[in-house]
Amino acid sequence: MSMHKCGLFYTTYAAEDGLFRSRFQKLCLGLFLAAMLALPQLVDSYAVSILNLILIAVIGAVSLNLLTGMCGQMSLGHGAFVGVGAYGAAILSNAGAPFVAALLGGGAISAMVGMVFGIPSLRLKGIYLAISTLAAQLILEYVFLHASSLTGGANGLPVDPPQILGFAFDTDARIFYLILAVTALCVLAVTNVSRTRHGRAFVAIRDYHQSAENVGVNLFAYKLQAFGLSSFLAGVAGGLWSHYTMYITPEQFSMGLSISYLAMIIIGGMGSVIGSIFGAAFITLLPEMLNLLISSLGGIAPDLSAVIVPMKEGVFGLMLVLFLIFEPEGLARKWRLTKAYWKLYPFAY
Amino acid sequence: MNGSSPLLDVQEVSLTFKNVAALSRVTCRVDKGSITSLIGPNGAGKTSMLNCISGRYTPTKGKISMDGRELTGVPAHKRTGFGLARTFQNIALFRGLSVLDNLMVGRHSRLGYGLLASILYLGKARREETRHRRRVEEIIDFLNLSPYRHTIAGHLPYGVQKKVELGRALAAEPQLLLLDEPMAGMNLEETEDMARSILDINEEWGVTVFLVEHDMGVVMDISDHVIVLDFGRVLASGTPQAVQTNPKVVSAYLGDEDGLYKGR
Repeated sequence: MSMHKCGLFYTTYAAEDGLFRSRFQKLCLGLFLAAMLALPQLVDSYAVSILNLILIAVIGAVSLNLLTGMCGQMSLGHGAFVGVGAYGAAILSNAGAPFVAALLGGGAISAMVGMVFGIPSLRLKGIYLAISTLAAQLILEYVFLHASSLTGGANGLPVDPPQILGFAFDTDARIFYLILAVTALCVLAVTNVSRTRHGRAFVAIRDYHQSAENVGVNLFAYKLQAFGLSSFLAGVAGGLWSHYTMYITPEQFSMGLSISYLAMIIIGGMGSVIGSIFGAAFITLLPEMLNLLISSLGGIAPDLSAVIVPMKEGVFGLMLVLFLIFEPEGLARKWRLTKAYWKLYPFAY
Repeated sequence: MNGSSPLLDVQEVSLTFKNVAALSRVTCRVDKGSITSLIGPNGAGKTSMLNCISGRYTPTKGKISMDGRELTGVPAHKRTGFGLARTFQNIALFRGLSVLDNLMVGRHSRLGYGLLASILYLGKARREETRHRRRVEEIIDFLNLSPYRHTIAGHLPYGVQKKVELGRALAAEPQLLLLDEPMAGMNLEETEDMARSILDINEEWGVTVFLVEHDMGVVMDISDHVIVLDFGRVLASGTPQAVQTNPKVVSAYLGDEDGLYKGR
């Protein structure tokens, strides 16, 4: 007779600290990755382009969640930091740098800019810091628009699709694999940070900065690290963005983008890596879903689309308010509850 | 004084906020291996004193040294390196982290790896995490916190949170532990439990304890030395028995016949 364990029992700390602790988890991740790899072959290129946008949004959301959700430093300038990376990588790429170097370079430039705008965080908290990062947003937008010798100003900046070792990622499906790989690395990086010394220190700063200081966390250094790492990843997202869309203009990185990243982490779940992924997917798909709804209703009530289309922004806002009221911990909590439910199914006690 | 060397030496420390004196020329010492208590009526400056030692406040005048090394001017986050840890009067836990992670943060300055190692989480970071986890588990066992190991700190009952806070301070393996009213708001059983933990920490682990507490029964029971503060001045200092019978202390706590303003 063979006995099976009715739960997870660890015999080493290392096993318990592992990322995927059960065979089932590994299997699920494997299946998910296999599905992702097969997807571009199964759906049309429009759907792949949406997927690409989701993946780029995932990097943006997960990096903002590191800064705002984990470290508690409110940022209204994240869209601009993505923009810095987008312009930085595009300029480097146009100057002849290989794609990987341009991507990392864009991230590094964004990290430096982010750290400079993170300096006020030593003194400012909460809403006051939010306003100072709003200033960062406005200043950077101004730079994108007026440093036209570098950024092309209002005319925008064309970029060639990425090339690695002579292989051009010039279709939606090809670049999908590249974006997927970079996104996976970024998500893994943030997950690792969240479960180690630095992530704990970030949360400590968020939850009680005075006691964080007394256990030896240098508040200023760690806040700057949070700003730096978050902006670096935002810059990487921007670099992918500019190389993917092949044309960037200042208005793409406006206040609205910053707000939609905030919406992603609120809807997904503050401080949660998986929540950032859900949130990014949700917010990116929301307009697509509305379009789908409008076009499917088009046959029944053609006049309706004229009413609904302008209401898109309103629906976006409404979703945010509903989430804040009914699920303030976001989709991450829903995910947790669903998992807990199925773990016990059919004996829910 | 029993002649042993002072671990903490406070010399003529004054602290003023906009002409209001919170502490004036306080001189006291905490002997190595002792449990020294700081008592006094509300507003006497006890917490201000702790904040000066832990680095939240910088004394206006005077100097504080630990084990012969000057502490004044050292930023708060570097003081764990001197062997200093503290708890707070109001619970100051990291509410969003599990008990285990709270204690791991307590060891923050003992973990040596950098941001890049955090991101990659390979070799060094992994080994250190496991090594320090082992030490933290010992503290969890010692404080009977194992049932709550993975519980989010903010979800725990008050008495347990107080213990977690003690655990977090212990995780830094301090030489000197500053405890700001660890028994506040606890029932009799929890108070006895906490007192027992403090004695064990002192005797078994050899940690010197500097205690601020209002529960006189506990203070007189467990302290080797008691310092009484009143209006920011040291009123008396000595063994629990000596302090209890000191007429100045009695009048500070109970008031004297001639009213409040007599020459204090």
